[in-house]
This record gives sequence, structure tokens and C-alpha cells, in this order.
Amino acid sequence: MSTVVLLTITGLGLAALYFLVASGLSLIFGLMGVLNFAHGAFLTIGAYGTWWASDHLPGAGSTGWGFVLAVVFGVAVGTAVAALIELALIRPLYERHIEQVLVTVGLSLALVALVRATWGADPHPFPRPEWTQRTTSVLGANVPNDRFLLIGSAVVVLVAVLAFLRFTRFGLIIRAGVENRSMVTALGIDVRRAFTLVFAIGGAFAALAGALGGIYLGSISPGQGTSLLIFAFIVVVIGGMSSITGTAVAAVLVGLVQQFANYYAASGVGDLSVVLLLAAVLLARPSGLTARLA
Amino acid sequence: MSGTVTPPLLRMSDVHVRLSGSHILQGVDLTVRRGGVTALLGRNGAGKTTTVKAVLGLVPSTGTIEFTGSDGRNQRLSGRRTHEIVRHGIGYAPEDREVFGGLTVAENLTLAERRNSPHHHDRVYELFPELKQRSRQLAGTLSGGQQQMVAIARLLLNDNQLLLIDEPTKGLAPLLVAEVAEVLARAAEEVTILLVEQNLTVVRRMADDAIVVDQGRIAWSGPAPELMADADRTRELLGVATTGGHA
Repeated sequence: MSTVVLLTITGLGLAALYFLVASGLSLIFGLMGVLNFAHGAFLTIGAYGTWWASDHLPGAGSTGWGFVLAVVFGVAVGTAVAALIELALIRPLYERHIEQVLVTVGLSLALVALVRATWGADPHPFPRPEWTQRTTSVLGANVPNDRFLLIGSAVVVLVAVLAFLRFTRFGLIIRAGVENRSMVTALGIDVRRAFTLVFAIGGAFAALAGALGGIYLGSISPGQGTSLLIFAFIVVVIGGMSSITGTAVAAVLVGLVQQFANYYAASGVGDLSVVLLLAAVLLARPSGLTARLA
Repeated sequence: MSGTVTPPLLRMSDVHVRLSGSHILQGVDLTVRRGGVTALLGRNGAGKTTTVKAVLGLVPSTGTIEFTGSDGRNQRLSGRRTHEIVRHGIGYAPEDREVFGGLTVAENLTLAERRNSPHHHDRVYELFPELKQRSRQLAGTLSGGQQQMVAIARLLLNDNQLLLIDEPTKGLAPLLVAEVAEVLARAAEEVTILLVEQNLTVVRRMADDAIVVDQGRIAWSGPAPELMADADRTRELLGVATTGGHA
């Protein structure tokens, strides 16, 4: 029983990480039609920004509020980089989807190479606040606290995104833009501002995933974002490409399947199981679990 | 006697549109005078919808498109982005309504509120009381006629100077056609309308001027009653006689 509880909560923790990366991808694809292969680089930037700030930023540290400040710094850098990339490189290529894909693929390679050139290719131990290194007993299972931090963060992000989409004018523009972008502009709305905002929000979530992923994995390395991005893309496709709730459900499915398969079959089978899950969902529902934003 | 000549509200000069290798508009020259309804007529595929989309910048075009607002300032629309063009006071109801099906009726109207314009929710709900009752219903679940009401309501919500309305009666039952025509006739008392319409009964009832597009060029323009009274000309330009029905 305790093993099932541990696997379930750990799987949900992994799902939370996938959701944080995939929610931004889903928003960006839903509104802008951009397959953002540079999204993993935002995660890397968030992770390294947090790691760097915990040592160098005045007031920041590896515990308590100092660590929170380091995470805020990492997320702010990830957000700013995403917004700049949208303004400088994506905006001139609206409606030119192949060029957009090439640019984001190039960026993902260049940004990771930049991080590698600056801080080396070896993994760095990530600062982990003391509370996250302890465990909490749940139905006989000793669950690492960092899983709760991940799950809590993902739930907060999910509720915040849904509230943003439902109750704000920008959210209204994004939901309408996903349906019919040209009609939104025909109502006198500059949809490009929504594009930049969505790209920045996506960057912020990926950067947060980078910081929390550092706690979950215990270390950071330049290629971390790219490997997580593959699973995030699978989550987005299973969820329905532009559905936030679909992405959340898909993240939970993928996280649980991966954890249980890795434990009960053999290490590595989890990844294969996720690909099989993707194939099964696409065969049964080619548009994913749901194909609507919110 | 005054020598002042009021400039047209909209002027298109030598406008060309090429899409996917096809030369759709081949040098369109037209003017829409301020006030009343100007009908844009033509056979299927003649270039009516493309003309409207060119005004809004929804398709790439060459040539000159100018708009003279109520402040008398002449604005060049060519080369500007759609949202900037619309903010000059140009409303658009597309051929297929294009309401946002995943949004409620109220959200569709909220989205259409322009920042630089007063919003006339009372006027909209007076014209379409049904929309008030269905304000929380998803627009995608409305009938075609109700969706057309939403599309027109979006236009009337703001203070516009020109409404571009593309086939508002297409696919509607006769009773709804009359209702839509009545609403547009009331709107035309306050704002200029460029109306793409196949239903000549509606054209005869509403239009002051008419412009006929044929194979991407303007084939005729003048007073609508003159065109409607000339059966030979309408048969030649539109493929139908003016005794009724659709172009």
C-alpha cells in the first residue's frame, strides 16, 4: 500500500513538472500556432538563473525567503528572455510557420550552448531548502516534501491560468484568438500584444519548472530542459494541443504511467509506456483528450 | 451656392489582390459616399468579399485605399494593419458571421467593445432583445439567425462611421431576412453601410447606390434604383432579372 501511495504522489510530482512546461507550450501553440522548440531553453534559463542567484544575488540564498527570491529572479529572467525572443525573432515571422520552427530549433541549440559555454557541461548541485529534503509520512509512505511543493505550485498555476483566461480581457482575447485570430483583429484588437504576453507567460512557467525541477532532480545541467521538453510535447498532444485542462489531465496520466511502469516493469519501460499511451490516445481520439482552450 | 465638395467616405484606386497565384482584384476603383447604403453586387467569385477584405487589410493588396472620417482627415488605409484600420471607425460583419463559438454571447459583445468608442449595449439589446436573454449561452450553440444577430450587434456596439457587411441574409429564413434588413435599415440612418448582398429584394429595399464587380473589376456603379429598374442590365451584370430572387 505504501509503495502505491509513494508512486502515486511521486508520479503526481512528475506530472506537475510536466504540466508547468506543457501549459506554456499549449498556450503558445493554441493562440499563435507556434511549435516552440526553444521552450526547453526557458526551463534551463530558469534553473540556472535560480542557481546563480542563490549564490550571487544580494538577499538571495539556498533556504527560506532567500531561496524564494532566487526562484523569483530565475523566473523573471526566463520571462524576460521569452518576451524578448517573441518581440525580436518570432514577431517578424508571423504566418511563416516553417521559419518559426527553424528559429526556435536554432534558439534551443544556441541557448543551451551558451549556458554550456558559460557554466560548463557538468551538472551542478542545485540548492535545496531544508524542508524539501525532509519527508512526510502519508498512509505509511515517506514522501519527499519536494513532491508536495511541485504539486502545490502546479495547482496554483492551473487555477491562476484558468482564472486569467476566464475573468480578464486578455484571457478573453486569447480564447477568441485561439478560435479565429483574424476576426479578433477585425474587431480592432492588436492580437500581437496577446502573443507577446502569452509567450512571456509560457516562459515564466517553464522557468518556474526549471527551478522546481532543480529541486526535484537535485542538480541542473544544460540539456535538462531539452529532455523534459520531449515529454512536455507528448503531454500537449495527448491533452489536445490547445487545452489547459486537457494538458493538466494528460500530465497526470503521463506522470503516473511513467512512475508505475518504471517501478513494476523495469527502469526505462516508463518512457516506452508514455509513447504507447500517446499512440493509444491518438488512435482513439486524434485531436487529443480535448481540443479547446480552458 | 457653395463650392465645397464633400469627399467620399471611402475611395479605392487601382487596387489589386493576388492570392495563391490568382489575380482576384484587377484594378478596382470605387468610391463610397457618406451616408446611406451602398450595395456591392456581382456574381459568385466576382471579387466582392475580397474587395471588403482588402479595405480591412485582411488580404494583401496594392493600390490606394483612403478613408475620410467625420473629422475631415484623409487617412490612407493601404498598408496599415487590420486593427488600426478598424479603429478609424470601420466595423465588419463577415460572410460566415464568424462569431466566437466557444465564448458566450455576452463575451462576444465584450470582446467587440473598442476602447476609443462609447459602448451602446442598450441600443443592441433594444434591437435584439433575444440576445439579452441568451447572454450567457455559448454563441456556438445559437441558430444561424441568432449568430447573425450577434455579428451585427458587434457592429452596432461601437460608434462606427462605416459598416462593411458581407451577405448578412445568406442562409436565413425569409422572416429572418426581413428582420435583419429592418435592423440594417435602422442602422443606416446613423452610419454608412457598404453591403455585399445577393438578395436583390433586400438591395432594392435598402440600397441608395450600387457598385457591380465583375471578374475583379468594377463593371458598373451608380444609383441603385437605376440599376434595379434596368432588367437587361441586371441580367447582363448579375445574371438575373430584377423581378426578384438572388443574384
